[in-house]
Amino acid sequence: MTEASSAPNRSGAFLCALLVLLFVVLGSWPGHAEIKFPELTGRIVDNAGLLKPEDRSAIEAELAVLEAKASDQLVVVTLPSLQGYEIEEYGYQLGRKWGIGRAGKNNGALLIVAPNERKVRIEVGRGLEPLLTDLMSKIIIENAILPEFRHGNFPAGVRAGVRDIKATLLGDAEGVKERARGRDAIESDWVPLLILAFWAAIVLYVVWTQYRYMQQASALPGGKRRSRYRDNGVVVVPGSGSGNWGGGGWSSGGGGDSGWSGGGGDFGGGGGSGSW
Amino acid sequence: MFRALFSSIPKPLVVLAALLLALPAGGCGVNNIPTYEQSAKAAWSEVLNQYKRRADLIPNLVESVKGFAEQERKVLTDVTEARAKATSVQIPADILTNPAAMKQFQDAQNTLGGALRQLMVVAERYPDIKSGQNFLALQSQIEGTENRIAIARRDYIQAVRQYNTEITTIPGRWWAAFLYPSSKELAAFDIPAEETKTPKVDFGTGK
Repeated sequence: MTEASSAPNRSGAFLCALLVLLFVVLGSWPGHAEIKFPELTGRIVDNAGLLKPEDRSAIEAELAVLEAKASDQLVVVTLPSLQGYEIEEYGYQLGRKWGIGRAGKNNGALLIVAPNERKVRIEVGRGLEPLLTDLMSKIIIENAILPEFRHGNFPAGVRAGVRDIKATLLGDAEGVKERARGRDAIESDWVPLLILAFWAAIVLYVVWTQYRYMQQASALPGGKRRSRYRDNGVVVVPGSGSGNWGGGGWSSGGGGDSGWSGGGGDFGGGGGSGSW
Repeated sequence: MFRALFSSIPKPLVVLAALLLALPAGGCGVNNIPTYEQSAKAAWSEVLNQYKRRADLIPNLVESVKGFAEQERKVLTDVTEARAKATSVQIPADILTNPAAMKQFQDAQNTLGGALRQLMVVAERYPDIKSGQNFLALQSQIEGTENRIAIARRDYIQAVRQYNTEITTIPGRWWAAFLYPSSKELAAFDIPAEETKTPKVDFGTGK
C-alpha cells in the first residue's frame, strides 16, 4: 500500500488492468462444449444444400419484400446437422446468436430445416409472437411445408412456408388458414380440372386461329398472303416450351446479400415445430 | 474552507477515495454485482410468467378433452390437482436465496409438467379430439409454452451462474465484501432428469 499512497492513480489503474486481464483469461477458458453455429451469410443460409439458384433468388426476393414492408427479418436456414440438440433448443439460440430482427422490436423469425433429422421449425422472435402465433406456425408447418417435404420436394416446401409466413406477418393470417383448410380440396378436385381447362383452351385457340385463317384466305381471293408465319398454321402458344417465366432480374444486385445482417433481436421460444 | 474539510479527513481514507475514483466506473466490474443480480431477477420473473401462462391454458385444455373414456379420467384429475397445487404454492419473498422454497416450488411445477405430458399422450389416442381445431390450437400453445418455460429456466440458470460466479470469484468477491455485503448466492434449480440430454459428441464434421 506504500506505493499506492505515493501514486494512487497509476497503481490503481495497474491493479485494475491486471484484474481485468485475469478475468478475461479465466472467462475465455473453454468450459463446456458449446453449440457450433453456422455463419450468417445472408437471408438464406443453405448449408444443407436444398435450394437451387432459382429457388434462392425467388425466396430471397420475398424475404426482402417482407423486410421492406414490415421491417420484419425472416431468415431461411437449412442445416446438415443439429449436433444432437433438439431443434427447439438449437433454434432460439441460433436466432439470438445471429440477432435476427431489430433490437427492441425483436421482430425476427427463422425457418429452420434439418433434413437429416427430418425436423422443421419456425422460430419466432419475441416481438412477432402475437402475429405469428404458435398455432399459426403449426398450421403453416402442417399444411404448407410438410406435405411437400414428405414428397422430398424441399424447395417447394420452403417456398410455401416462406409465402405463408410472409402473408401471416403482413396481416393475412385468415388467408393462410383458408389455404390450409382448402388444401385438400384444391389438390384433389381443382388441379385436374384446371389442367383439363388449360388444354381445352389451347385446342380451342388452335381451332379458332385455323378458322380465322381460312376465313381471311377466302376473303382475299387470290391476293398475296399477309403474313408468312401464319402460312403453315403454326401457332405460338405463350408459356409453353422451354421459355422461363420471370427468370433472372432478382439477383439482388450489390449489397443485397453481402452486408445484410441481423439487428440484435431476441428470441424466447415462440413458434412451432414439425417432423416428417 | 474546503481545504480545512479535507485536512480533517484521515489521509488513508483520502487515498482510498482517490483509488476508487481512479477506477473507471464499471470498467473493473464495480457494477457487475448489481447488474447481474438484476438480470437474474428479470430472468426469474420470466420463469414465473411462463409458468403462469401454462397454468392459464389448462382449464381450456381440460375442457377440450372432456371426451376421455372413464378409465382415462385419472389423467384429467391429475392435471387439475397438480395445477391447483402448483398455483397454491406460496412464493416467499426470499425464494431466490432460499433453496428449500425454490425446490418446493419447482417440484410442484415439475409434477404439473409431468401430468400435462401424460394428458397430451392420452389425447393422441382420440382421433376426434386430436383433429379438432380447438385442440390443435391448445396443443400448439401448450407445446410452445413448455418450450418457453425450458428457455426461461435455462436463461435463469445461466444468469444465476453468472451472478454466483461473480460474487464468489476474485474481483467480484472483493467488491461484494466491500460494497455489497448483503449479496448472497442465488438458488438455481435442477432440471428434471427427463429434460436433460447429453449432446452428441461433435467431431467438427458438422459444418
